[in-house]
Order: sequence, then C-alpha cells, then structure tokens
Amino acid sequence: MNDSQPTLSVQNLETHFFTKEGVAKAVNGVSFDIAKGEIMGLVGESGSGKSVTGFSIIGLVDPPGEVVGGKVLFNGEDLVQAGEERMRQLRGNRVAMIFQDPMMTLNPVLRVDTQMIETVLAHDKSVSKDEARQRSRDALGQVGIPSPDERLKAYPHQFSGGMRQRVAIAIALLNKPDVIIADEPTTALDVTIQGQILYEAQKLCRETGTALIWITHDLAVVAGLADRISVMYAGRVVEQGKLDDVLDHPVHPYTVGLLGSVPGHNTRGQRLFQIPGMTPSLLKLPPGCAFQERCPRVDGACEADPGITHPVDGRNVRCFHPHLEEAAQ
Amino acid sequence: MNTIAEQVAPIAAASEVKVETPFRRFCTAFLDSKVATTALIVLGILIFMALFAPLISPTNPYDLAVVSILDSKMPPGTKSLDGVTFLLGTDGAGRDLVSAMIYGLRISLGVGVMSGIFAMAIGATVGLIAAYFGGRTENIIMRIVDIQLSFPAILVALILLAILGKGVDKITIALIIVQWAYYARTVRGSALVERNKEYIEAATCLAIGHRRILFRHLLPNCLPPLIVVGTIQTAHAISLEATLSFLGVGLPVSEPSLGLLISNGFDYMLSGKYWISFFPGIALLITIVSINLVGDQLRDVLNPRLDR
Amino acid sequence: MTAMLEVKDLTKNFVKRLDMAGKIAQKLGSSIREEVVHAVDTASFTVDKGEVVGLVGESGCGKSTLGRMIAGILPPTAGQISFKGVEFTSMTQEEGDAAALAIQMIFQDPFASLNPRMRVEEIIGEAPVIHGMTTMQEKANYVGETMERVGLGREYSRRYPHQFSGGQRQRIGIARALAVQPEFLVCDEAIAALDVSIQAQVINLFMDLRTDLDLTYLFISHDLSVVEHISDRLVIMYLGRIVETAPTDELFDKPNHPYTSALLNEVPRLDHRGIDYEPVSGEIPSPLDPPPGCHFHPRCPHAMDRCKAEIPVLREIAPGRLSACHLNDG
Repeated sequence: MNDSQPTLSVQNLETHFFTKEGVAKAVNGVSFDIAKGEIMGLVGESGSGKSVTGFSIIGLVDPPGEVVGGKVLFNGEDLVQAGEERMRQLRGNRVAMIFQDPMMTLNPVLRVDTQMIETVLAHDKSVSKDEARQRSRDALGQVGIPSPDERLKAYPHQFSGGMRQRVAIAIALLNKPDVIIADEPTTALDVTIQGQILYEAQKLCRETGTALIWITHDLAVVAGLADRISVMYAGRVVEQGKLDDVLDHPVHPYTVGLLGSVPGHNTRGQRLFQIPGMTPSLLKLPPGCAFQERCPRVDGACEADPGITHPVDGRNVRCFHPHLEEAAQ
Repeated sequence: MNTIAEQVAPIAAASEVKVETPFRRFCTAFLDSKVATTALIVLGILIFMALFAPLISPTNPYDLAVVSILDSKMPPGTKSLDGVTFLLGTDGAGRDLVSAMIYGLRISLGVGVMSGIFAMAIGATVGLIAAYFGGRTENIIMRIVDIQLSFPAILVALILLAILGKGVDKITIALIIVQWAYYARTVRGSALVERNKEYIEAATCLAIGHRRILFRHLLPNCLPPLIVVGTIQTAHAISLEATLSFLGVGLPVSEPSLGLLISNGFDYMLSGKYWISFFPGIALLITIVSINLVGDQLRDVLNPRLDR
Repeated sequence: MTAMLEVKDLTKNFVKRLDMAGKIAQKLGSSIREEVVHAVDTASFTVDKGEVVGLVGESGCGKSTLGRMIAGILPPTAGQISFKGVEFTSMTQEEGDAAALAIQMIFQDPFASLNPRMRVEEIIGEAPVIHGMTTMQEKANYVGETMERVGLGREYSRRYPHQFSGGQRQRIGIARALAVQPEFLVCDEAIAALDVSIQAQVINLFMDLRTDLDLTYLFISHDLSVVEHISDRLVIMYLGRIVETAPTDELFDKPNHPYTSALLNEVPRLDHRGIDYEPVSGEIPSPLDPPPGCHFHPRCPHAMDRCKAEIPVLREIAPGRLSACHLNDG
C-alpha cells in the first residue's frame, strides 16, 4: 500500500433524511482524509451530523436517511458505490465501528467467546477455531481486560459498563481493521474509566497503525487524544486542521465560541463566553452559512454559501470572516 | 439506526411555531390508518343508534300494543298485517328484528361502557395508590388483584349473578367486579415507571400534596395504556354480557340485549329460521370488531416509545 | 454563625427485601440474603449562606442520593440535616413546609423532569398558587416574570415541554424551582445532558441568579471542570463516603486524597494534550459489596496494610480542609 495515500478519504459526502416535514440535510458536503495510524476527532454538538457521518461511512444509514452524494474512498475503493454484499465483507473486518452503547455490538444471550470467535471466522474461513480463540484472548488482553481466559467465558451482563465497552473495542480490533469509527464510546462512562479507555485507544492506534475517527461532543476528550480535528456544525465541517493549531488558534467564529464556552482554569468564577441562540433546525437552515444567526461577525456576505478556504496553512475553513488576528499571533 | 431519525425529529419539532397540543398530534396519528378510521366511523354510527334508539327504530319492541304474536318468526322482507315491512324479519315474540336489535345494541353498549367506566375509575385509583405508596399497601392491593385475576371471569360473573339475580344494574355490577383488577394492574405497571421520573420528584420537592400528585401528575401520564386497555376491556365486557345472556343469566327476557336475542333465536336455527339469531350475531360481531380495531390503533398511536 | 445547611452523619441504605420465595429459600438454608446498598455512609459537611459547594464523584458514589435527601425527596436512614440551625425532624409542620420550599432541586434530565402533559404555565405556576405565593388571577403574570428571569419569553407559557429544546427545558426546570422563592438550590448534574454551547449559557444563568437572588448552591456533578468553574468549595465522594473537602483553588493546587489526585489527573482538559500518564487502574467496586477499610485501597497506588482493615476518618488536615486518608497520619 502506498503510504502517501490516505486510508480513508471522505469527499463531499451528503446524507439527507427525507422526513414528513421536509428534507433534513444531516450531512451536507463533508470532506476529510485520514492516514494510517492517525486519530481524527470529529467534534460537534447534537444535530451537527457527526454521528450520521460515521454511519454513512460504513453504510449503516437507514431510511428515511440516504447517502445522496459524494465519495468515501477506502484504500481507493468507493464505499458509497459498493454493494451491500461488499460492505458486509468490509464491516467488522477492514472497517469497524464502536458505539456509545456497547450493547449495540454485544449480543446479550451469547457468551463473549462465541461472539468473538464468530467475528473472526465470519471474515476468514481459513482460521481454525483454536486460532480464533487465541486471537480473541489476545484482543481482550490488548484492551486491558485482566484474566482474559476467564472473561472469555462470561456473558456481557457479567461485565461492568467500562468492561463492556472494552469488550466491544476488542471485538472491533479482532480482524485488525484499517479504520475504526468510534461514536461517543466514553460518553456514558466515568472519568477514571474514560481515562483508561482513552489511554488504551491511543496506544493501540500507535502500535497497530489503525486509523481512528473519534466522534464526540467533548472537545476536552479530543484534546488528549487526537492528531487532527474536524469541527462540525449543522451538517458541515466548518474548521479542520492539526489539533494544537485549531485548539490554540481557532479561526472559525463557531470554533472560537465553542472553545470559549468550555469552563477552564483561567475563567473561574467569571461569566463564560456564550454563543447566543441555539442550533438551527436542519429542516429550516438559512441560505448560506448555517451559523450566521448566532455569529458576531455576520454581514451580507454570509448569505452566500461559504466554500472551503485555507486562510491559514493546513487549515480548511468555511467562513467569510475568519479570526485571522488570533491565528497570526 | 432509527436513532438518527429520532435525533433529527426533535429539532424539527422544537422549531414549530404553532402551538401543537398533544391531543392534536394524537388525532393526526390516529387518522393515519384507513381501517381504524372506518372502524371509528362504524363505532360512531353504532353509538349514535344506541343513544337515539327511540327516534330511529321503526317500532318500539317493548310496546306490547304494537307487537303482535301473529307476526312472529316472519322472514326478512315480509309485510305485517298492519302494512309495516319487517326488513330483517321478526323474532319469536313477533317483534320487528331491526327495532329489537337497535334496542339490544343500546343495552349491550350501555352495559359494556358503564361497567368499563366504573371499573376503570376504581381500578385506576387502586392501581395508582399501590404504585405511588408502595410497600405494604402495594403488597395487599396487588395480592387481591392476583387472586381476582386467577379466577376465570365468566365463573366469577356467573356466581355473582346467581347471588344478585337478574337486571341491567346487576349485570353491570358483576362486570365491574370482574374487570377492575385488569385496570388496576395496567395502571400500576405504567405508574411504577412514571413514579420514578424526575418530574414526580420535582413535584414532591415543591411540596405538592399526595392527592394532587396522584391525579394531576401521575394519572394523566398513565392514561395511554389505560385508554387502550379500556377499549379492549369494553369489547370484552360486551361479549361477556352476551355470553351470560345467552346462558340465561343476567338480563330479564323483557329487555333483550344482543346476546339475549341470539339466545332467543337459537331454538329456531335448525328449523331454517336463521335470521332471528343471525342478524343480532352479525351486529354483535361488528360492534366488537370495530371496538377492537379502534383499540389496536390506539395502542399503536399511544405507544410510549413513540410518545414524546 | 451557623451554617445555612449542615449535614451530620447522614446515611442512606437501600435494602432489597426478600420476596416470599427468597424467604422460604433462606429458611431452607440457602445463602440468599437481603441486599443492602450503602448509598451514603455517614456523610457530614456544611454549606454557608451564599456559598457554592460542588459535590463531585463518579457514578454510584451516592452524590445524587445525598442531594435528594437534602431536597427532602428521600428520607435518610440515619443522621441529621439542619437548615438554618434547625434540625429537620425537630421542625414544626409549618417550619418543615417552609424549609421544604426553601430547598429546591434542579434535575439532570431535561426531558424526564418536566411533566409532558402540562403546559409550561401550569408547570411553573402550580406550586406558587398552592402555597399562596400568587393567586389564580395573578398566575399568568407571575409565571411570565419568572420565565423572563431565566431568559425565556413569556409568550411561550402556553406551550408544552416537547416544543422546547434541551436548553430551554432546563430553563423551565429552573423557573419552576425559582417560582417558590427558594434560598438553596440543589443542582443534580443540571447541565450534564446539554450541548457545550448551551452548557455555557446555563452556567452563566446560574451565576447571574446567584448574585440577583442571593442563592446558595449545592452543585452536584461528575464533571470537575464545570464545578471548578462555579464552586467556592468542593466535596469529593467515593463509594458513599466523603473522602475530601477543600476550597476549590487549594484542592486543585494540592489535592490530598489519592482519589482526588487520580480524578484531577484524568479529567480531560483542553490544555492537557496527549495522554502521558498511566491512568488509575481497576474498576469502581460495586456499592453492594464495597471493599473493607478504605474503599479506595484496591485502586490506590499508596495502599498499606492498614488501609485494608481500618476505615480512615475524615478529619482536618489544614484550616478549612478535611481528608480521609491514613497517609496523613504520617
């Protein structure tokens, strides 16, 4: 495989939901690349389309939703055009997904070993059952589950929430996929348990070269984990770049506002910066920039569609009036 | 991945400007099904006929001056000696079957609905109290409910009617006693879920009295399953009353319900005079099926998973 | 000066009683027994007037149960709660009612905490009418004023909760509490379910209300960065017990209890790039079967033999600072 080619390249992806009330453009022209071993944080608030982007990539969007445009190039192959049969081969094998609720992956009435061995055998018939068990055992050990031999024989309900999520991650890792899409996997977990899982996830990506897309609403989680970050708002990536660059010198007014509203050490006791208003309905987006109603820098230009520009090196931004003063510092 | 569609939906709902009451949403959803709408219209016609029976029915089947024994067991379409056409024929006592059925429907529906309302009121109150207060109160109430539900309804009703005797009021009482436990169990089930929600805690915190919490906060949120069970149980009560009448307990012969009409005609079935039983049977069938269809649609529409 | 709220040795046990079958099995010699969860174990702390105290802990630590006992929603198993120097159980009926209204609670779930079948007007206005703070005739105006105070237009009062967004619903919940003119608010994860940009709006609202209405808060959260922002003092809980209390700055500068240190280390922060630490190991034990001695010892890097046997006492280690750790004994 050519190393310069991105493992996954999402180009102008569009996913719409055809509801009774109208068409909701949940994903509206999202593009990003992700290389081998890279971790990208996909950050956004509820309704920003971050989860739908994840589901669209692995072809799990159910009606009334539909991928209506764009490409998802996985090692050069377009997954949007790939048939259901091909997707089934890839899912859980080359591309894996981890959900917020680990029980979306785990079957409550099957033992963990049954599920894991099945996952291995489903994609590689040449493996013997013992080998598959060995691989399952190793995967559990990899995600930090103590005494994996015993735990293999347990049922999902015998695990705690954090352990269940680890098992789900272990299942995702079984076939050494090239890309893992993780949709808010630590949101339901406690801080110390979240810390453990973030630690393991980062270690695994570095060791195995798996590319990871980490979907979350929590900027602080991404700050400790990701290499690059894409900030989504109302179906679009509004700012994208290297993690440190974006967090330290954001240029899109939404990113600036979002970072300003995170309570941190230095603002103690003072009023937080707040973005006025609320997320617009995806059914009634204003023409042009979706953020214009809440933006302090809005003017007439914002009624046109902001295209992707590169106001700073290595940064993709959709804005007519980026905060270049800060970035220049 | 239904969750995505659900995520999109609330955003859309929140931005609606017009005040949309839960009731209006419910109506739109209900009328979505053609079958249920038809059933509702049929049921509406039946209820209308029952309510205005004296105005609609061609003759008064209770008026002995009009009824002539000479007209008995006439087939559908024959003319009486007075020149009146018996559309569906006459029964064994010479009553016009159309009129007898309309009056019979009035009694059947009346008994079913009245017993349903009272049983629901009693059952809902008892079930709410059990769920809200819990502990020993709940244990005692629910054991009584269990015992009640472990006997077949028809057996209990037969025994009660053997003691009480015949009459519309008697059979209504019997049906209430047979049915309240179903309502109590249904309400308790949903109240147990609702009781643990934060809005009930908030009401406690605001020092709102128990009675108000029970009936103003808890009860309205337990209504959906209660309405569903209510419709189904009413259909059940009507068929139970018909069964009891058919067996000859419950109603006096002078006030025939649909069940009693069927029973009266049953003797003539084999001698070719099918209509005396057949038409009341069809009427009973239509009534119960339409109530059940409405109940089914209510259950779908009021499904708590879709209810926000 | 007496503290506004004083909690002393407050304990709450949840007992799962045996049913009939269980009792028979027990009689026949089965090892089955009643399950007791020590949700809160002899917790003591105070809150002064005008202060914001943050109560922090992970799931199952009993912080919500503690908050609910203070708000009068759950009865304590043992211990005392005093409000303005008067103990709850020794209050007269009138005093009790007044105290119950003076302490209000803001809930976590903006969906479950509002009665879906009531209009906003009724949700906010019901209690004040019952308690004579306004009349039926005045209600619409009273509700309107309360709604404006929390940043909602009064024209929305005829709507139902499902017609609002999460942040707006949370404001309705706050308005409902404010409508009975409370002095003390228990906020149970009040912003945890909201989006980041909406969180900031609600935090600002809490801070504005504090100054405008002279409120005192007990702010319960699992999110250290939020409580750090808003609290004067912090109380840290682990598995039903208070392990440390300290003024916010001191606690962040120099945590005393090993659990507090672990927690501070692992809170994701914007300025905390990359993961360069080894996270604290192990699971949170089940509150059904907590470890003996110090509850944290199986995960503690400094655990000694003593920690496995003896429960550390919460005691003063510096002025205004309390900690429950054997390491402090030298």
